[in-house]
Amino acid sequence: MTEHDPELLNVAPGEPHDSMLSETLSYVLGLGLALALTGVSFWVASTSTLWGPGIATGLVVLAIAQMGVHLVFFLHITSGPDNANNVLALAFGVLIVFLVMIGTIWIMHHMNTNMGPEPNMMNLQMQRG
Amino acid sequence: MSSASEAPAIGLTHSASEDTGLGHRGPESKSIVVPYGFWLFVLSDMVLFSALFATYATLVHATDGGPVTNELFDRNLVAIETFALLISSFVCGLAMITAKRANMVWTQAWLLITGLLGFVFLSIELYEFSTMIAEGAGPQRSAFLSSFFTLVGCHGAHVTAGLLWLGTMMAQIWAKGFQPHIMRRLLCFSVFWHALDIIWVAIFTIVYLIGTLP
Repeated sequence: MTEHDPELLNVAPGEPHDSMLSETLSYVLGLGLALALTGVSFWVASTSTLWGPGIATGLVVLAIAQMGVHLVFFLHITSGPDNANNVLALAFGVLIVFLVMIGTIWIMHHMNTNMGPEPNMMNLQMQRG
Repeated sequence: MSSASEAPAIGLTHSASEDTGLGHRGPESKSIVVPYGFWLFVLSDMVLFSALFATYATLVHATDGGPVTNELFDRNLVAIETFALLISSFVCGLAMITAKRANMVWTQAWLLITGLLGFVFLSIELYEFSTMIAEGAGPQRSAFLSSFFTLVGCHGAHVTAGLLWLGTMMAQIWAKGFQPHIMRRLLCFSVFWHALDIIWVAIFTIVYLIGTLP
């Protein structure tokens, strides 16, 4: 890169520069954030000071945040111009992942509540396969 | 414009392409196309895992009178596993930085540490699996345990494949040096390895932490 390269002045977080120090720094920063988020996750899961029913949601939010940290600082998915294809593919992947997970959990939950086995079917259902 | 072909890359970003899409060039160079194609594979792998996660979430309470999550999982072991895999992912990034500068000694050293930490992770997982099976909590005990072993075991199988790939890459770098096609393979490996850590974040949160809430 030359000194006139505008990217040097306007670089998205996680975008690698061409110096070894800044590249390493990007990984160190990512590691620090990931360790912090992991630590908070384990603390949230074991503390009794937080409101119990909200803990599971909080843990999921922390996990999504940590995935974002990994994507930006380790995989270098950024908002830079070179990354449009990667970001679009990621967006599509995330869409499918959420459709599969939320769709399955939603539908199966309702089937579980509304379509319990008939009493005379219970013996069949309870058999261990 | 800087040279557009075969620029060494790190992560999924490359520094060479500044094309604005106006179409004065031919197809992108392999250093761009190959990581993009591999990124698509990694994303489809995540879709596969999302199906396993959905299965697990559906079946987690179908324990058939057998052991439940709170009785089975040991958070301390999971914390060590998580730490080992995270540091492994980080060290893999350091290996990419030194590989970009064709530093053989440091690249091999970082890759070795990456592999050893991956091996630590895998050993703990196998220990956990064998303990559970010895206690009668094997995959055939209940629907919950079937889905647990499928989900976590699939991730473990990916880590195993990654370790084999890592050993192959170390040998290829040693034998062939930092040629462009070797660097592309190494880049794909690093993307794979980082992706496995991302999937593990979901596993330790959904399976182990939420599963062991009081």
